[in-house]
Amino acid sequence: MAHAAHHDDHAHHPTGVMRWITTTNNKDIGTLYLSFALLMFFIGGSMAMIIRAELFKPGLQFVDPQFFNSMTTLHALVMIFGAVMPAFVGLANWMIPMMIGAPDMALPRLNNWSFWLLPFAFTLLLSTLFMPGGAPAGGWTMYAPLVLQTGEAFPFLIFAVHIMGISSIMGAINIIATVFNMRAPGMTFMKLPLFVWTWIITAFLLIAAMPVLAGAVTMLLTDKFFGTSFFSAAGGGDPVMFQHIFWFFGHPEVYIMILPAFGIVSAIVPTFARKPLFGYASMVYATASIAFLSFIVWAHHMFTVGMPLAGELFFMYTTVLIAVPTGVKIFNWLATMWRGSMTFETPMLFALGFIVMFTIGGFSGLMLGVTPADFQYQDTYFVVAHFHYVLVTGAVFAIMGATYFWLPKWTGHMYDETLGKWHFWLSTIFVNVLFFPQHFLGLAGMPRRIPDYAVQFADWNMVSSIGGFCFGATQLLFLYVIVKCVRGGAKASDRVWEGAEGLEWILPSPPPYHSFVNPPLVK
Amino acid sequence: MSQARGQTMGRGTRKFPRSMAQLITALLSLCPAIASADWALNMRPGVTPNSQGIYHLHMIVLWICVVIGVLVFGVMFYSILHFRKSRGARAAHFHENTTVEIVWTLIPFVILVCVAVPATRTLIAMESTGNADMTIKATGYQWRWHYDYLDQGVSFFSVLAEKSNEARQPRSGIDPHTVENYLLDVDQPLVVPVGKKVRLLTTANDVIHAWWVPELGVKRDAIPGFINESWFKVETPGTYRGQCAELCGKDHGFMPIVVVAKEEGEFNKWVEDKKAAALAEAAANDPNREWKKEELMAKGAEVYTKNCAVCHQADGKGVPGNFPALAGSEIANGNVDDHIDRVLFGKNQMPAWKETLSPVEIAAVITYERNSFGNTAGDVVQPKKVAEY
Ligand SMILES: [Cu+2]
Repeated sequence: MAHAAHHDDHAHHPTGVMRWITTTNNKDIGTLYLSFALLMFFIGGSMAMIIRAELFKPGLQFVDPQFFNSMTTLHALVMIFGAVMPAFVGLANWMIPMMIGAPDMALPRLNNWSFWLLPFAFTLLLSTLFMPGGAPAGGWTMYAPLVLQTGEAFPFLIFAVHIMGISSIMGAINIIATVFNMRAPGMTFMKLPLFVWTWIITAFLLIAAMPVLAGAVTMLLTDKFFGTSFFSAAGGGDPVMFQHIFWFFGHPEVYIMILPAFGIVSAIVPTFARKPLFGYASMVYATASIAFLSFIVWAHHMFTVGMPLAGELFFMYTTVLIAVPTGVKIFNWLATMWRGSMTFETPMLFALGFIVMFTIGGFSGLMLGVTPADFQYQDTYFVVAHFHYVLVTGAVFAIMGATYFWLPKWTGHMYDETLGKWHFWLSTIFVNVLFFPQHFLGLAGMPRRIPDYAVQFADWNMVSSIGGFCFGATQLLFLYVIVKCVRGGAKASDRVWEGAEGLEWILPSPPPYHSFVNPPLVK
Repeated sequence: MSQARGQTMGRGTRKFPRSMAQLITALLSLCPAIASADWALNMRPGVTPNSQGIYHLHMIVLWICVVIGVLVFGVMFYSILHFRKSRGARAAHFHENTTVEIVWTLIPFVILVCVAVPATRTLIAMESTGNADMTIKATGYQWRWHYDYLDQGVSFFSVLAEKSNEARQPRSGIDPHTVENYLLDVDQPLVVPVGKKVRLLTTANDVIHAWWVPELGVKRDAIPGFINESWFKVETPGTYRGQCAELCGKDHGFMPIVVVAKEEGEFNKWVEDKKAAALAEAAANDPNREWKKEELMAKGAEVYTKNCAVCHQADGKGVPGNFPALAGSEIANGNVDDHIDRVLFGKNQMPAWKETLSPVEIAAVITYERNSFGNTAGDVVQPKKVAEY
């Protein structure tokens, strides 16, 4: 059996670039996803640098307003659909089969396809930068009727979103099929590592939410080219309906980008506190509650559209309610640390950074949930600060922590701990210089998505831009640490971390091409 | 009734946040650079009952977050300091406690209920648009605002002030610091009387905009085809500035809102002046008389700069790929009826100007376009022709 697997690995597989194009192996595909995410992180990051350069001083110095709007639009699409989501799918590909004691993913060919759709989707999307009329500039939220003013880029935007959606749905189906069918004997659901749990719930969110987005953008397409008027009041439609449909997708999407991060932090904190995760069952229930609530809070993204009072009250109550299960998660992590025996290697630093700064993003989220206050915060830099705290110091920090945590397992080499710590501390300092002042800007009245601003906003914008440039530059260090670790380094042990628990740590580092050809017995 | 509620709420919750706010202000004043207005840290209370209600709500939630944050991060940093392996800490093995889980589910829930009560009260006050003293309709256009005083019969467009507009052009070389109220100034402000409940209707002509003046506590989307309602009552005379808050295309950042609140007598005088000016304007712009080419060209240049140059550019060369050139274009050199049709009814991104500009303005701008930028159509379009088109 083991011999057959070995034979299978090397005899029939193409080499060179064809290995990557034709691969059906979860680890290869995981690597592809993660590399793609890293590339997109730098492309989306470069766009953020252009935005921060233009906002460094009042006045228009570098770009014209239309291009500025294209940058904010593409930055969001690239970071959400190109960096954060593929990074989580890459981590799932690498880790879920190992964590549940399976040899590979359940649907390997689907897996190959779901990855290889992405380069095409982003080629379509980024090619619009070179089109007459420029790239989409109506915001990643694609609100009608503004988005219908997009020029030649419009159908490219819609089809790119369609392809990204198909890719996500296929990835989600694969994860569900894998976890439901390929667990090792004895690996019951309530023994699954939290990362697996959060990913199953995320996968269900994806399957429920992505088709809604596909429907919404298809309606935009027919409104533009086939004479329908779903979103045009003049034809009997309703522009606000687009926002309802979009955010019915969009709010679950927010949790799609954070639930796997909860899973990662729930894996890292117990390892470095050398103590089992506190309140495992309540963590599972809290994740499920957050997922459920995510479908009944969407209109808090659009409190200012003029809803009836009853609607505003309903969405305010459900929104602030999310603070309860989210709080439970944070308290459980604290209880895991309490009376532990902690060390502070780079993954743990990122996990702790996540807990603190995600909580700050949670606080501003609670403030935004309070409808009357939201009327002032809506569409200001306060919102920009909020979602960057949950997405950058939340999701992205968790992904970075996960990279340091599992890189030794993947490559068989330890990364450079000193540089890792430098990366953490520089990132943490500069990300706060970048985003914390944006709270002040929003409260002082600076709207988001503007290329130029009144002079009373100049001071904090300059501080924020300096933070942005330094944070961006620091990420080159991240790239260097990864490349260095892949190419060599101290040999990693199987367990890698003293306090590591779970099936992935009983495999060698790096693990065999097919993780568990003989399923382990879980007691 | 609803206003009274809003005010009561304000008084009831003012005490705690205010003393804390004073403490912060005192601390900040130790550091003069930070205490200056440009380094503003917080929301301003504003000048209406609603904006003050919002401010107090904001401060309540903010302080709740600060207190919870101090507790949570306190516990966390205590753990980080005390339970570290390097200090010889040995890990305990507990990993479950149902009582604790229930406690930390219930306490946040109770806190949330305490927030929800004042929030609900403020929200009800904000949504009570009845019994207004007057009604103004604000219509968002790409990229300016139009105001209609439904009771006084006054209406006008409000666009970014000339000086800001010059300075905000890409690489204009003008330092924004030298422009007074850079990007927050308009040619004609919205004037309202103090102490009156103004009901504001918002709608839009093209895409979604949002009418926002922070100090009035009003932010409401302006949606084409729909009319939204909100209200404000300014207590103190003064000038209050805001901006469009919903991305509405290229010049979203350049359609500010300025509200001037005046005593009632001054407001009434302003209304009379506005009306008189409108009458004089109408008399000077009689569409039924025969207009000379020079008159039309002069007026057309003015209309073009104000309305058309933003896309088609001052030199009529447009922006390739985005906005077509008028210089040498088929429309501007071909059949005059096609030209009138396009300006009146628009096409794709080109707005329909029929409702926005008068027949005189449209005739003037068409005449101007057909005889400028090297175009040599040579014809003169009379306002009468446009009016009857
Ligand atoms: Cu606007």
